[in-house]
Amino acid sequence: MTEVISSARPAGVPEGAGPGGQALAAPPLQIVPLAGIPLVVLALVGLVVTLALNKLWGLEFFHVVGGALWTGIDLFLGFIIGPVLGRMSIPARVEFSKRFMPKMVLLMPTLVIITMTGGWQLARHVGNLSAANPNHAWIVASFVVVGVMAIVALGILEPANLAVLFELRKPVPNGALIGKLMKRFIYTAGVTGAMQVATLLIMTHLAAS
Amino acid sequence: MSAPSVQRAGPTEAPPARALPPVAQVAVLSMALVIVGGIYMAAHIPAHAALGLPIGLLVAAGVLVLANVAQLARLRQFAWPTFWLVGKWALVAYLVITGMLEYIFVLDGTRGSTLVVMTVMLAIFAVDVPVLLAFSVARYQPIEQRR
Repeated sequence: MTEVISSARPAGVPEGAGPGGQALAAPPLQIVPLAGIPLVVLALVGLVVTLALNKLWGLEFFHVVGGALWTGIDLFLGFIIGPVLGRMSIPARVEFSKRFMPKMVLLMPTLVIITMTGGWQLARHVGNLSAANPNHAWIVASFVVVGVMAIVALGILEPANLAVLFELRKPVPNGALIGKLMKRFIYTAGVTGAMQVATLLIMTHLAAS
Repeated sequence: MSAPSVQRAGPTEAPPARALPPVAQVAVLSMALVIVGGIYMAAHIPAHAALGLPIGLLVAAGVLVLANVAQLARLRQFAWPTFWLVGKWALVAYLVITGMLEYIFVLDGTRGSTLVVMTVMLAIFAVDVPVLLAFSVARYQPIEQRR
């Protein structure tokens, strides 16, 4: 794991020093922030216990909290932070991304798994999984929405995210490559946004019925 | 998942074009097939679903995984250390994720052929994503001789 998180620096440049010997302002880039792993483990253990206990409050907690954060973060990043960053200077964008994107490597998969498994068990608990239940079509629609988001996130965005992080570890990152990879986020923002809005419609309908 | 845009951070020349097989595209297609099959199965649980369609999707996805293995095995000039580094940790992560999904299906009483099909689908998913991530990172890393 240490190989994953070690930061690259130019040959001959001592660690923590810039070209002139001054301390580097930029922190070392961690692809996977190790400090966050205990929190992920804690969340997953809590989820396993909650699933085993099968209590409504716990299932609601994991599904609602996880889903709200997942949807909120997606929409906030795609439609607020993204355009703001797009108007910032290139060094500022790079600095932000180096600090921000590794956290997303841990955060988003964790939110997705606790939302999905908590939601599945919740649907079973309240009877929505049964084909005879009037909410069943809405549940199936939510499966489709999650499926589309999974294909976009895992098939298009996460590979780009990781490739950019590895590129940013290089002493001289290839700006053209980073720009090309990051365009994927712009191209898919509409799909992701539409799916998240559909999620909000489906989930609020289910909660109200 | 959305993220902010980052554009030019260094030299602006385009990355050199490298003739690589369509491993990423094949992995995405395979993943999409098992996701469609998974949605079909999940839409029928707790009742028993007809398994013709999901097994067909599963076989197609499995063939694509094998095709990817064959494509990767023929690659000589490639950043294999990076591929394995990313791949092994991604595999650990996605084994945890698919393990959680398997756990919930078993906990809910899914059994028999339905559970077998779901398990194989999750296994293919757990392989597809690490291959996709590892290949997507390694393709832009300096080429090293295969160990």
